[in-house]
Amino acid sequence: MTDDKDVLRDVWFGRIPTCFTLYQDEITEREADPYYLLLPRISYLTLVTDKVKKHFQKVMRQEDVSEIWFEYEGSPLKWHYPIGLLFDLHASNTALPWNITVHFKNFPEKDLLHCHSKDVIEAHFMACIKEADALKHKSQVINEMQKKDHKQLWMGLQNDKFEQFWAINRKLMEYIPEDSGFRYIPFRIYQATTERPFIQKLFRPVAPGGQLHTLGDLLKEVCPTAITPEDCEKTIQVMIHGIEPMLETPIQWLSEHMSYPDNFLHISIIPRPTD
Amino acid sequence: MGFGCLTTMDSLKTFEFDALGDNRGCSVQSPAMAMPSSLLWAVDIFGRVYTLATTGQYWELCKDGQLEFKRVSAVKQCCWGIACDHQVYTYVFSSDVPIRYQEETYENQRWNPVGGFCEKLMPSDRWQWSDVSGLKHQQLDSFTLPSPHWEWESDWYVDENIGGEPTEKGGWTYAIDFPATYTKDKKWNSCVRRRRWIRYRRYKSRDTWAKIISLEDPSQLPDPFNDISIGGWEITDEPAGRLSVWAVSLQGRVWYREDVCHHNPEGSLWSLVATPGEVVQISCGPYDLLWATLWEGQAIVREGIDRNNPHGISWTVVESPGSENGIMHVAVGVNVVWAVTKDRKVWFRRGVNSHNPCGTSWIEMVGEMMMVNVGLNDQVWGIACDDRAIYFRQGVTSSELSGKTWKAIVSGRESDRSQTGSSTSLLSAGCFFSDEVRDQANSIIQSDGDVSSDTESPRVPPNHADAPLSGAAVSSNENNADSQKEVGTHLAVDPLDSAQEEANSTSSSSEKAGLEKPESSVDQDTHPAELQWTNIDLKEAHKNPVLTSSAFRETSSVSSLGLFPVGIEEPYGTDEHPFWAWVSGGGCLVDLHSPLKWFTIQTGLSSSVQSLSLSITPAQTAAWRKQIFQQLSERTKRELENFRHYEQAVEQSVWVKTGTLQWWRSWKPHKWMDVRVALEQFTGSDGVRDSILFIYYMHHEEKKYIHVFLNEVTILVEVLNDSKHSFALYTPERTKQRWPIRLAAATEQEMHDWLALLSMCCCESRRIQGPPSHHAVWSVTCKGDIFVSEPSPELEAAPHLIPCDQMFWRQIGGHLRLIECNSQGIVWGIGYDHTTWVYTGGYGGGFIQGLASSADNIYMQSDVKCVYIYENQRWNPVTGYSSRGLPTDRYMWSDASGLQECTKVNTKPPSPQWSWVSDWYIDFNVSGGTDREGWQYAADFPASYHGHKTMKDFVRRRRWVRKCKIVTNGPWLEVPPITLWDISIIPSSAADEEDSIAVWAISDKGDVLCRLEVTQQNPAGTSWLHVGTDQPFISVSVGAFYQVWAIARDGSAFYRGSVSPKRPAGDCWYHIPSPQKQKLKQVSVGRTSVFALDKNGNLWYRQGITPSYPQGSSWDHVSNNIRKVSVGPLDQVWVIADKVQGSHSLSCGTVCHRKGVQPLEPKGLSWDYGIGGGWEHITVRGNATEAPKVALQDTSEEHLAKSLDPEDGENGRKGDQSKANVMVIEGQELDRNAVSC
Repeated sequence: MTDDKDVLRDVWFGRIPTCFTLYQDEITEREADPYYLLLPRISYLTLVTDKVKKHFQKVMRQEDVSEIWFEYEGSPLKWHYPIGLLFDLHASNTALPWNITVHFKNFPEKDLLHCHSKDVIEAHFMACIKEADALKHKSQVINEMQKKDHKQLWMGLQNDKFEQFWAINRKLMEYIPEDSGFRYIPFRIYQATTERPFIQKLFRPVAPGGQLHTLGDLLKEVCPTAITPEDCEKTIQVMIHGIEPMLETPIQWLSEHMSYPDNFLHISIIPRPTD
Repeated sequence: MGFGCLTTMDSLKTFEFDALGDNRGCSVQSPAMAMPSSLLWAVDIFGRVYTLATTGQYWELCKDGQLEFKRVSAVKQCCWGIACDHQVYTYVFSSDVPIRYQEETYENQRWNPVGGFCEKLMPSDRWQWSDVSGLKHQQLDSFTLPSPHWEWESDWYVDENIGGEPTEKGGWTYAIDFPATYTKDKKWNSCVRRRRWIRYRRYKSRDTWAKIISLEDPSQLPDPFNDISIGGWEITDEPAGRLSVWAVSLQGRVWYREDVCHHNPEGSLWSLVATPGEVVQISCGPYDLLWATLWEGQAIVREGIDRNNPHGISWTVVESPGSENGIMHVAVGVNVVWAVTKDRKVWFRRGVNSHNPCGTSWIEMVGEMMMVNVGLNDQVWGIACDDRAIYFRQGVTSSELSGKTWKAIVSGRESDRSQTGSSTSLLSAGCFFSDEVRDQANSIIQSDGDVSSDTESPRVPPNHADAPLSGAAVSSNENNADSQKEVGTHLAVDPLDSAQEEANSTSSSSEKAGLEKPESSVDQDTHPAELQWTNIDLKEAHKNPVLTSSAFRETSSVSSLGLFPVGIEEPYGTDEHPFWAWVSGGGCLVDLHSPLKWFTIQTGLSSSVQSLSLSITPAQTAAWRKQIFQQLSERTKRELENFRHYEQAVEQSVWVKTGTLQWWRSWKPHKWMDVRVALEQFTGSDGVRDSILFIYYMHHEEKKYIHVFLNEVTILVEVLNDSKHSFALYTPERTKQRWPIRLAAATEQEMHDWLALLSMCCCESRRIQGPPSHHAVWSVTCKGDIFVSEPSPELEAAPHLIPCDQMFWRQIGGHLRLIECNSQGIVWGIGYDHTTWVYTGGYGGGFIQGLASSADNIYMQSDVKCVYIYENQRWNPVTGYSSRGLPTDRYMWSDASGLQECTKVNTKPPSPQWSWVSDWYIDFNVSGGTDREGWQYAADFPASYHGHKTMKDFVRRRRWVRKCKIVTNGPWLEVPPITLWDISIIPSSAADEEDSIAVWAISDKGDVLCRLEVTQQNPAGTSWLHVGTDQPFISVSVGAFYQVWAIARDGSAFYRGSVSPKRPAGDCWYHIPSPQKQKLKQVSVGRTSVFALDKNGNLWYRQGITPSYPQGSSWDHVSNNIRKVSVGPLDQVWVIADKVQGSHSLSCGTVCHRKGVQPLEPKGLSWDYGIGGGWEHITVRGNATEAPKVALQDTSEEHLAKSLDPEDGENGRKGDQSKANVMVIEGQELDRNAVSC
């Protein structure tokens, strides 16, 4: 018998076991052992990999080290996507641990953003939160908050402090009862196969008649290719935080309970494994 | 030994009621989960009576709609009204508990040598059939039903239970002579005998208007009635519950209805009360306020109303606020009086209270009202002049009794709503219906010239309130047409035609009247047959064209499809509102905490979203939700299980919270000292958080500290303390010593913050989260706080039991007096105010907010309790009883012990969370009885008090009581409407899922009830089944195999035979004598064991129970010093004991567990001590977790051998001693600072 609040905890404390291996072409003084780490799904690569950096920098010379970047099976991993999203999109049906390759050279300027310090991550994180609140509440809630509240959101994410984060974030998840939901749902749909980085459109959680829109309604509206007709075999998976919610799930509920800390619902559409 | 079976009770039918009581006026769907709701009553201008529930949003037509009414006056349980025949009617709500009255008579016989005992009595004897005193002749057949609203429940039968003792067959009691003391034993010198015959009559006219029939002399009868007002229930407390009913007759005389009370809802007779003038209107408040309006325009106030004198003594005149405009209408509450003068202005009377019912001056209020009415909590309702809508006075609080502003109630009627539905269906039906409409309208027009009343087909209701205004009719017709156009309708019928049609009806009626236009108003009175009777003054309607045009619109709304405008844009009915003539709020409780839906238009959606479905798996049974939970746990398993040895990317740091508190020093001299407190929380490698609480203090200039590992803390409990906000922290060791760590904070908020934080850390360190399981043990402290503990399987595993001082208790929000549960998750609670609550499956609540509390199933919960103080007086020869006592005497105003001074002024509610909801009033319900003024007498302080004064009584005291209320929240939902005293749930059923779960209860009036249709999905059940008894009962318990035991008020026990799932109420009561010279007060039945508790604290076990002989044969003494007992589904025995010694102090109210309970040894051997003192109640009836049976056989044999061994005398003795007493050590001074109630 679980309560909705337990979902929040499960989402926050989700971890992905990862194995970091140094790219073979990097110059090292000694053999670099792979480094194993449990990564929080809800955080960002560059925020949680200090230990990885330190580990590999121990076996390298100072002059060979420039900005760290990560890659999986040839694709550079965008650090500004949450780790859980990256995993679901690229490696969800592969064997664990997730094998990530660490690079210190040849930063792919076209594919990745630079991340020189934690401030860059903070700025990106806060920008996402503000954008989400603009969609949900016309930015009223986020603007009413003080600077220290914003800071608390960031500190909660950085230090993995669930209560600290949600003490403030719950305000962003409120809405006037008359409306039965947010103004628009902040979501992004990612598909590994397309050129477009993601799909983001305006979508209301409640129909004019008062019924709640579901995940299926959202997909039908913004990404119809994702919906397989009844009788056909399902070829794709719609994944959030590593699970496949039923299409009947109300989108308002998903937004409140299964958003990432940046308040966005990051949804991955991936091909279904055929085994 | 022995028992008596009341076979005559077989004929007693057990009456069943459906869920009417729960569904009163509620628009919420599921009957089992009706929220507590009270009703606002109103009468519209057509005489129809409507009620509006505080949880509903539409006016519902009164169930019995046969009559038309002029006035109504309501209280919570009933409503009195005056119908258009000027007769008085009463409407009593049906409920699961019937209104029954016991009639009795005695059959007397004298012994003579010839015929033995026979009816031949001596001439000087009493009647053969008489009342108890023998003075009145009361033959069996002379008993008649007092009115047609009563019916006999059964025939006469003999009472075979006298004073708790069963009598012989035949029910005779014997004595030497009349009158004397009767005993059930026939002695050699018993010359007379008598027996008591009983018959019950039942009030049957419930949920219907019952006419008050006066059987007296017609010449004495009051003339037809004009006004009625009821109130006065606060003067006389429950359970007698007398109601004051005042009425005014057409000739201006005031009548009082005598003897209206719970078991006599119609009262007995009208008595005349003299008045200084002709009275036109009267208003009675819940307490002792009574105002009336004289024809001349002044008000008169009744003085001297009190408990002994509900009529009052005299009248005082109060002048009207303005000299030109007299008072037309007056309304009173508890502390307020409102009036309306003839110019429709509203006035508030300042300075009204119990000592000064006349008040001091008038204040003018904004608003023009026809009438006002004061409801419960001094809330005010009014009906406005211009639109005849009902207004609510917003902002009335105890500090602001006159409120702030009037707010209109826009709720529509249930009937309007259904028409809204019909309008949309018409729309969608399209042309098909529109054709019909046209035809009908056309046909009406065609019969234009037809003057006969056929034109006034039922389709066009002749609302002749508007009709006579033919002068205004034309203009109003135009208004009608305009307004209809405004609404934007496209009439299928030509608007002119419909207006024409209206004009036709009006003109035809005026033709019928055959008079000129202006006089048609008069004529309407003379043709009542055509008129639809209205409440309003027709002349007044004439003055107000606005009224008529909207009345026209209302006509068309009420009218049939014939006039129905097709193609209407807006939903119909939102512009219309009913027109009201009278409102009564005497039964309507408006709570500031529960919002009303009456002031805004609700859309259809929100009302359907209101469904309150309660289930133990809280309303989250949607498949998608289940799948999400399931997938998340699978994901965690997949991604984490095999990788726990990996390092965490983000390191958990130590997190500290510090603060300053006060600590009760543990060495002498005990006092509070300021300390610094730090809570350190660190995360272990496996992710589990552990916390330590440090307390830093100074001792002899040295800095020292004590620390507690939070995973050792067993309970955190708030302690009532006059000056400090303090709480106690226990570990197993400290529980043994009865010496917790006591900390105090500066403010209540700070204390709650710490308690919430500490309890969250304790739960985390024990990995406890979410709601308690079905096997949880629930307990309640003397303060009303609720604690729950999760039992480990070894808790009841003999022989190596886990000591119960290691049980971890966490708090659940709410305030209750007792809780009962079973192993299927059904949990019920009863508050101090006897309100019944059912558990919703949540956790947290109270001060535990945020994430440690479940979201959906926490609701507001409130409780009311009484605070007592005593007024003490000593007699002296000079002035008699006075408040001047001896120097050694107790305070003149004190608590029960006399040691603390408690005056009316300085006595505060128990804590800041409580607030007063009544004033101080004399308590007549003290044990020992009181005289008419509430005094109890004794020889000296302290002694046993009695209610009558004797020569030797030099002191007296009087108990004052004041009610205070707490509003909190918790996982509880109220189960209206019956208030309960005790409850019991079958511990665990061997039966299958479909059978409903047996729940037995005792109402606070002593009725025995069974709750029907309790299931896991619907733990609150649907309705009560009343099980008849001859006297009030005080305790009930149902065992695992449907054994139902109960204790009656006289202290005797009863066993209910043949209870089964098919016969939930069993068939008859078997009387079980109580242990010698003891009066029982509580019983608890487990799987097979039956334990009972008597009023002297002795615990008894029922010996000799076998499947064929479930009543057992005798009582075995188990222990003394017990306050409460609870026997669980494994026959485990837990008690609350009174005096238990710890190594540091004595405590009362301690949880104890009986050790050594086994099938061969059901009474157990010794006691294990757990948490306490300060505990009031415990229930272990949910814990059915059987421990793994390990080598049980050998050890039990061992034990048996030991105790039977006669040579081992010491062992035997020890066994006896531990069996006998829980705890001992009299004479040891009670440590007043011990944690206690």
